[in-house]
Order: sequence, then C-alpha cells, then structure tokens
Amino acid sequence: MAYIPLVLVVVVVGWFVAAYNKLVRFRNQVKNAWQQIDVQLKRRYDLIPNLVEVVKDYMAYEQETLTKVIEARGAALSAKGPAAQAKAEGLLTETLKSLFAVVERYPELKANQNVASLQEELTGTENKISFARQFYNDSVMTYNNAIQSIPTNIIASFFHFAQEAYFETEPESRAVPKANLR
Amino acid sequence: MISGFAPACPKCGGVNRPGADFCYLCGDALGADPGPGNPPDAPPPGATSFVGDASPPAKAGPPLRPVPMLLFTEAARHNVRMSALLFLLLFAVFFLLGTAIGGAYGDPRTGLGLSFVLYAILGATAYFSGSSIVLSIHGAREAVGEEHRQLRNVVEEMAIAAGVPPPKVYVIPAAGMNAFAAGRRPEEACVAVTTGLVDRLNREELQGVVAHELAHIKSRDTLYNVCAAVLVGAVALLSDMFLRGAFWGRRGRTEGERGGGGRGNAAFFVLALLLAVLAPLAAKLLQMSISRQREYHADAAAAGFTRNPLGLASALAKITSGGPEVPGENRGTQHLFIVNPLRVFGPDASALMSTHPPTEARIQRLRAMGGVAAGG
Repeated sequence: MAYIPLVLVVVVVGWFVAAYNKLVRFRNQVKNAWQQIDVQLKRRYDLIPNLVEVVKDYMAYEQETLTKVIEARGAALSAKGPAAQAKAEGLLTETLKSLFAVVERYPELKANQNVASLQEELTGTENKISFARQFYNDSVMTYNNAIQSIPTNIIASFFHFAQEAYFETEPESRAVPKANLR
Repeated sequence: MISGFAPACPKCGGVNRPGADFCYLCGDALGADPGPGNPPDAPPPGATSFVGDASPPAKAGPPLRPVPMLLFTEAARHNVRMSALLFLLLFAVFFLLGTAIGGAYGDPRTGLGLSFVLYAILGATAYFSGSSIVLSIHGAREAVGEEHRQLRNVVEEMAIAAGVPPPKVYVIPAAGMNAFAAGRRPEEACVAVTTGLVDRLNREELQGVVAHELAHIKSRDTLYNVCAAVLVGAVALLSDMFLRGAFWGRRGRTEGERGGGGRGNAAFFVLALLLAVLAPLAAKLLQMSISRQREYHADAAAAGFTRNPLGLASALAKITSGGPEVPGENRGTQHLFIVNPLRVFGPDASALMSTHPPTEARIQRLRAMGGVAAGG
C-alpha cells in the first residue's frame, strides 16, 4: 500500500495541469474570438465602396442615403475606443439597412446581378459580424464559468486569470427602431 | 407580443423571432397592417401548421407528449449526458459478452483482454478507411460559382457561430431536400446539401440546416457513429464466433481436459450463450438510440448557434413535406442525413430501429426552445 500516496500525487498534479491548460485554452479562445469580429468588420468596410459604386448611377434621387452610408463608414473607420467604435458600427448597420430598403424600390436595381451579389455579400458579412460577437460572448461565458466554478477557481485566482467583459450593444440599438414609412 | 408567435414575413416567408418588428431576411416591416400580435401568415393560436409551410403534414397517430419550454443549453447538456450513458451501456454489453465467452472457455480475463484487442483492431481499421467515400456515393460536387454564393456565406456564418474552421461545401444535384456532414475532425470536415434544399429554403431555414450539420461536426458525431458501428460489429462478430464454436468445438474440449472444474464453466457457458443471442440485438438498439440522441443534440446545438430554433423547425417541416430523397441513398449512409432519406417517420415512428427521431418530435422540441407553445 506504499504506492497510494504516489498515486494521489500523480492524480492531483494531473488534474492541476489539465485544469490550468483548460483555462489557458479558454482565455486564448476569447482573444481569438475578439479578433474574428475585427476581421469581419474590416471586410464590411471593404465591401461598402463597391456597393456604392454600383448603385450610385441608378440612385440619382437617393444621394442622401448614399452619403449617409459613406459618412457612417468613415466615422466607424476613424472611431477610437471600443465604446465609440461600437456606436459607430451600430450607426453603419442602420444606414446600410436603409440603403437596402431603398434598393427594394428600384426594380432594375434589384434585377442587377452585381447588386444582388453585393447585397448577399453584405448580408452575409452583417450576419458574420453578429455571429462573431455571439461566439465571443459564448467564449467569454465559458471562460468566466470556468474561472468562477469550484474547483478551477482555485487555480484561476492563484494564477490571476481575470474575468473577461461581454460585448454589449449600445442602449440606442437595443431600442426598437421606428419604421419610417412614407 | 402577447401571443408569442413567430411572425412569418409576408414577403419572403422567413420566420422571425417572436416579437420581431422587421423581417430578419429582407428587412420588411412585419406587422405592417395586421392587428397586434397576429401577423397575416402566422397560424392562429393552437394551430399545428408550420410557418412557411403550405401543407402541414396531417398525420393521424398518437399525440406527441407535450414538451415544456426548453432552453437550448439545457437541452444540449441533457443530450450529451444521455448519449454518454448509452455509449457506456454499449461498451458494457460488449465487454460483458467478451468476459462471458472467455469464462465459458475457462478464463474470463482472457476473454475481456481479447475483446479489447478486437475492438482496437476494428476501430483502427474503421478510423483510417477514409470517410470521403460518402461524398462520391451521392454524387456531391464542390459548391463553386456565383449561384452557390449564398450557401457558402451561410456555411461561413455558421462556422463562425460554432467556432469551428469553415468546412468544405458540396452540393448534390437532386430535387429532394436533404443535407449531411462528414469528416472525423472539424479541420477536415465537409457539408453537403442537395440543390433542392438550396432552392426551396429561405436564408434563415438554410442557416438552421447548416447549423445542425456544423453541430454534428463540432461534436464529432462521425467519430461517434464509427465507434458505435464498430462496437455493434464487434458484438456481432463475437457472438457469431461463439455460437459456431459452441456447437462444433466445445463438447470435446471440456470433457477431455477438465473433470470437476467444468462447473463454473458451465454457468459461464449458459450466460455466454444467452448473451451471444441477445447482445447483437441489444447493441443494435443502443446504436440506433445513440443516433437519435445525437440528432436531438445537433438540433439543440444548432438552436444555440443560430439563436433561432424556429428557422430549423420550419426547415424540417419543409423537408418533410418536400421529400428528403437523395440519389444513391442506401442503408449504409442513411444515418448521416439531417432527415432520413429512406423513411419518412410519422409520429408513431418512435420505432426502436430508426436512425432519426420522428421529425414531428424534433420540430416540437425546437419550437419549445423558440418559446412557442406546443400545438394542440
């Protein structure tokens, strides 16, 4: 029975290593998920000029909508800090929605193959942005759960694994948008 | 919205979250003219018809057990526990059989050890014999070109939501509506859908289907299936070997070698005989049960990825009414698809030997996750 303490030590050390590595994995996943959001945001910035270029000839009377989209894009690109950026991104999403609403009113524009595929690309990118944010929040939840639950919380507090913050939408975008039906 | 109904978009037929004011797909205002909480296309309270489905399958059969409001996280966790339990049972059946047969020949431990070895050999063979055969059987082609842009986008979106690398996308040129996933590891996975599915589902429903397939990929269900199939095969092999040996070889051996020691052996022999007859059936039942459990799990996980269980529910309803036939369908690959292409299950198809749960039950669970009260 002399090997019982040895077995115990091996089990405890094994658990410790596994738990520590799990925390590291979760933390890196949170970081990676955050980067993925940026990748998709960048892609949206790149797509918008193409769309504007294609639709602007058809939309002589809708210059205002287009200008708003371009301005919102510029504002989002130059926004500093997470809070300001989140706000600018939300605004950009809103202007894009109104642009698509305008496109719906122009049959020849809707039939245009380029517009249709650009619209699909932008819809896809919008979805990817929100799914990337969702995955970020899911990763944060998994990580924070691990940090707070027994027994991994012992390791987490000892090695200073700090909780991560959730991505939160701006209060404005949480409000129900008013339909502007003319 | 008080009624809690998923409003269908009057324009594109897309199913939206309860309480949504604008269509998620086309951006149209949803409740433009109808009364409060009663969009034009939504069924009246208590109706069993599915949103976006013109002809609901009217099936006569025992009513489904009502499912309480489900949380997709809870549902997913429950399913993981259930399939782990079933898997343990399957392993237990296999090793019990091995031990009993070993006991019948004098040494239970050798039997146990040998069954381990048998499992390792069969498992390794199955693992390394490629899984991409399934793609060629069903005539799948890689989805390239402009017409599949939306499909590729949807797959990429769901891969982001699931946190797995984007799988390769294939289409099967067929009018039937179905989809499957293959690949042992998320890094080498692929998703295949029929062109009929792409043509007839709206974006949100397609998302649900693709999310279901990515859930299979993320939880490595192909590997699960291989393990289960190998266990079932091994049980059948052991039983066969024992039953043949019992009739031809054993009599001479025990009478010749052992006199009094045969008593324990005799008890083991009866046990082994019993198990050899029953175990293959039990193993097959467990395998099917695991397969059904994985389907429920993939549905729940898909709801977690899209945060929109109603999209998948509506897709399943469309697939059922549209027909899930796929070219090259056969028994060997039926378990891979989102809806079994060989049999359309009615509500009474809780059949023990089926690879998929009844579609109605899956839809009901999804709707319970979406906050829609069970019909009826």
